[in-house]
Amino acid sequence: MAKRLFKVWRGNAEGGEFKEFEVQVDPGMVVLDVLHRIQTHDANDLALRWNCKAGKCGSCSMEINGKPRLACMTRMNSFSDTETITCQPMKTFPVIKDLVCDVSFNYEQNKRIPKFKPKPRDADGQYRMYQEDVDRVQEFRKCIECYLCQNVCHVLRDRDGREQQTFIGPRFMIRVASLEMHPLDTDDRIPELKKEYGSGMCNITRCCTEVCPEHIGITDNGIIPLKERVVDRFYDPVAIIGRKLLGRKVRTKTRAEEEGKK
Amino acid sequence: MSLDVNEIQTIEHDVLVIGAGGAGLRAAIACSAHKLNTGVLSKSLLGKAHTVMAEGGMAAAMGNVDSRDNWKVHFRDTMRGGKFLNVWRMAELHAKQAPERVRELEEWGAVFDRTKEGLISQRNFGGHRYPRLAHVGDRTGLELIRSLQDHGIHQGIDFHMEVTALEILKDGDRVAGVLAYRRETGRFVIYKCKAIIFATGGGGKAWPVTSNSWEYTGDGIAMAYDAGAELMDLEFTQFHPTGMVWPLSVRGILVTEGVRGDGGILKNNKGERFMFKYISERFAPETAATEEEANRWLAGDKTARRPPELLTRDEVARAITAEVKAGRGSPHGGVFLDIASRVPADVIRRKLPSMYHQFKELAEVDITKEPMEVGPTLHYFMGGIRVDADSQMSTVPGLFACGECGAGMHGANRLGGNSLSDLIVFGKLAGDGANDYIKGLGSPPKANNEQIATAVRRATEILNREKGTNPYILHEQLMETMSKGVGIVRVKEELETAVTELEKLKVDAQTMKAPGASQYNPGWHEALSMRSLLITSEAVTRSALMREESRGAHTRLDHPGESAEWVKYNVIVKKAADGNMEVEKRPKPEGHAALVAIANAKIEDLESGKVGADYQ
Ligand SMILES: Cc1cc2nc3c(=O)[nH]c(=O)nc-3n(C[C@H](O)[C@H](O)[C@H](O)COP(=O)(O)OP(=O)(O)OC[C@H]3O[C@@H](n4cnc5c(N)ncnc54)[C@H](O)[C@@H]3O)c2cc1C
Ligand code: SF4
Ligand code: SF4
Ligand code: FES
Repeated sequence: MAKRLFKVWRGNAEGGEFKEFEVQVDPGMVVLDVLHRIQTHDANDLALRWNCKAGKCGSCSMEINGKPRLACMTRMNSFSDTETITCQPMKTFPVIKDLVCDVSFNYEQNKRIPKFKPKPRDADGQYRMYQEDVDRVQEFRKCIECYLCQNVCHVLRDRDGREQQTFIGPRFMIRVASLEMHPLDTDDRIPELKKEYGSGMCNITRCCTEVCPEHIGITDNGIIPLKERVVDRFYDPVAIIGRKLLGRKVRTKTRAEEEGKK
Repeated sequence: MSLDVNEIQTIEHDVLVIGAGGAGLRAAIACSAHKLNTGVLSKSLLGKAHTVMAEGGMAAAMGNVDSRDNWKVHFRDTMRGGKFLNVWRMAELHAKQAPERVRELEEWGAVFDRTKEGLISQRNFGGHRYPRLAHVGDRTGLELIRSLQDHGIHQGIDFHMEVTALEILKDGDRVAGVLAYRRETGRFVIYKCKAIIFATGGGGKAWPVTSNSWEYTGDGIAMAYDAGAELMDLEFTQFHPTGMVWPLSVRGILVTEGVRGDGGILKNNKGERFMFKYISERFAPETAATEEEANRWLAGDKTARRPPELLTRDEVARAITAEVKAGRGSPHGGVFLDIASRVPADVIRRKLPSMYHQFKELAEVDITKEPMEVGPTLHYFMGGIRVDADSQMSTVPGLFACGECGAGMHGANRLGGNSLSDLIVFGKLAGDGANDYIKGLGSPPKANNEQIATAVRRATEILNREKGTNPYILHEQLMETMSKGVGIVRVKEELETAVTELEKLKVDAQTMKAPGASQYNPGWHEALSMRSLLITSEAVTRSALMREESRGAHTRLDHPGESAEWVKYNVIVKKAADGNMEVEKRPKPEGHAALVAIANAKIEDLESGKVGADYQ
């Protein structure tokens, strides 16, 4: 192949601009390879993240020609021969430098979700779960935490500093789903889901599902079933009456609310 | 330039874990369980360490799929795979404790693939006699790291992400902390602590064709060396037989052994299934002699022996190299790995989803229809920091090591799947060991300001210099040296040339220049890691030069075959008083007589209880 034109955003929190680079591109290269070539020869200090080069670690997320992508899985021959390639950092998170942004927001969301709480093991010390019962959970657990879905979700893009009330975002909706649907889990996160994690803020635009490099059915398999559980718990009159008649206790208060009452 | 050390941010912990892969996370969880104030440093973000890339599985003799399995068979496989150079006690602890560590992961939320009975499923892998690898498709490492991460963030552990340790700070003989820098700001940080656990991984980035990421620059190995710790077994660098060979830009990326475990076979350009020609004497009694027998084994016939594609990695890597050399290679210099003609397409997609994805996206090859082209890739360091088998403490008081940066568990060759289990077994033991050490510690150690000032100055010189060597180019030269001189097959003259070239590179490295400021500057990071790479490469090369035999992953053309003499020795590397690298041939401690008997037993004798029955 020949020389190709790259426009790479360079700068930091204070601002920046696109810089042009003309780079030799060889057959089989992906965008990450080209960025490395720029780093080696033209811009030693070009900041970017990567680890596995095989779509397994979710480090190299960025926007390539305006689309949220993994740089290591974006082949150069997926563009037309003369197309200029533009690389810029994800838009939803604050920029640190060049193509690297501050994704700590996501790590904070994970901490808000109470961890897995298993039931006791069987008498022989084993846990038993059947493959068909864990298929769905395994689908969610394929997530490589690239945060591309968080990046495109308009609810997160438009958040304005309301940190505690914010929507946890699609990645963490499926994290909740993977716990709630786990055959061994005994905890209940449905009240939190509604009142703290902002499940109602998602209006099922499916933008998250479209960008997921792991092809996880974020909305249809994760978010929608969770929303149904919220509805069942809080709004379903038949279920509510049923619970009253049978005297079954079901949590509708979050932990924070329960503790506030004491 | 005057430098006020007191102006550098200082953070205190009881114990500092360097590395957030499987070993580091497991160690940190153990420390927090002992109520120690625990900090974890990692060069990348949490969840991105090398462990995330592991594919095939983790080995633990749970016997869920074949009830004949138990720790003794696993131990025996490990010793034979390691060509009897493993530290006996480590191989024993590992085989015994792995099942409980794996089940514990389940308690923390891991969801392994299941057997029909609902238990953790186990798959076949090279060198393991029975199906033994707990797995999740071909993304086991992701499951391991995520389970530890999601559990660990609720244990009161402090994670310091994108912080790179540069140097161990000492108080006399013992450790007192580390000097590190934060990528985000480019600022230095002093971490003060009573004990340090290294879980920094290997140093594969010294070779051009590797499955390793940028993080694998041997930092832990080099820092420990600088602090006076002994290194061991560094000549044993594992070349995984199956890395991608094309396109060039993905050369080296791993193709999991699971492909062969699930029925994939190796062929040369004549269409010949060549592995049958390369079965060594040690494994002949336990390996299928014909294709017919190998096929029966795959179909589940328990009387059939295992196909030769599942021999240990060193044997398969050498066979592939020999085929390519003889002109029977594939178009891009590898051989063919064929699962398409053996296993139905939907099964391939279900059992090996990320391999399917990887070839489809990166090489435009559909592995359900065509064979893959594969060749050896530098994959794993068996050697590293020498530790005590039970506590994981190095020869420096207060410095512990576990996971890939530690030495001893795998001997001359690691079996696939034995690393992930190694991480959780020895990660926990290292945490326990650090706790014992801290409990027995008298006065807390104090870091020395002069040492800090010198280290900071050495690091900032790279930025301040007017001009100098481009660190990326220097790195390319290093990789060329290592691939020419210290590859799969080695010979005295080439190793000596490599030593000479390394000496030259060391001189050039003193005048490296990284343009730009210190904030998130990869050129500077590259320059700083060159130091570790050079120390590690030199240790590998000098150790390889000393070991005059061929054993496991270390093959010397001028000294073919295993020597009865050399199995009694380890090669130990250490920094001498004059600052030069000292290499020593040191007698290897003997194993417990019962363990020796088990490892050497015929499989029938072990299983009938004729050997080893009374050793638990
Ligand atoms: C592609 C691939 C597939 C594999 N498949 C398998 C498999 O199926 N089964 C198996 O058993 N093994 C497998 N392995 C091997 C296994 O994954 C690794 O050996 C293992 O994950 C190493 O774990 P670790 O915890 O020792 O280190 P890592 O997971 O590599 O973590 C090292 C950590 O140390 C940190 N670090 C390093 N230097 C510094 C520093 N200077 N300062 C601060 N932090 C630092 C890094 O940031 C990182 O967090 C595979 C390896 C690869 C590359
Ligand atoms: S479907 Fe919901 S979570 Fe996904 S992008 Fe749209 S609003 Fe966000
Ligand atoms: S759900 Fe998909 S897009 Fe979102 S973080 Fe995980 S892998 Fe990335
Ligand atoms: S580098 Fe790991 S996903 Fe791209």
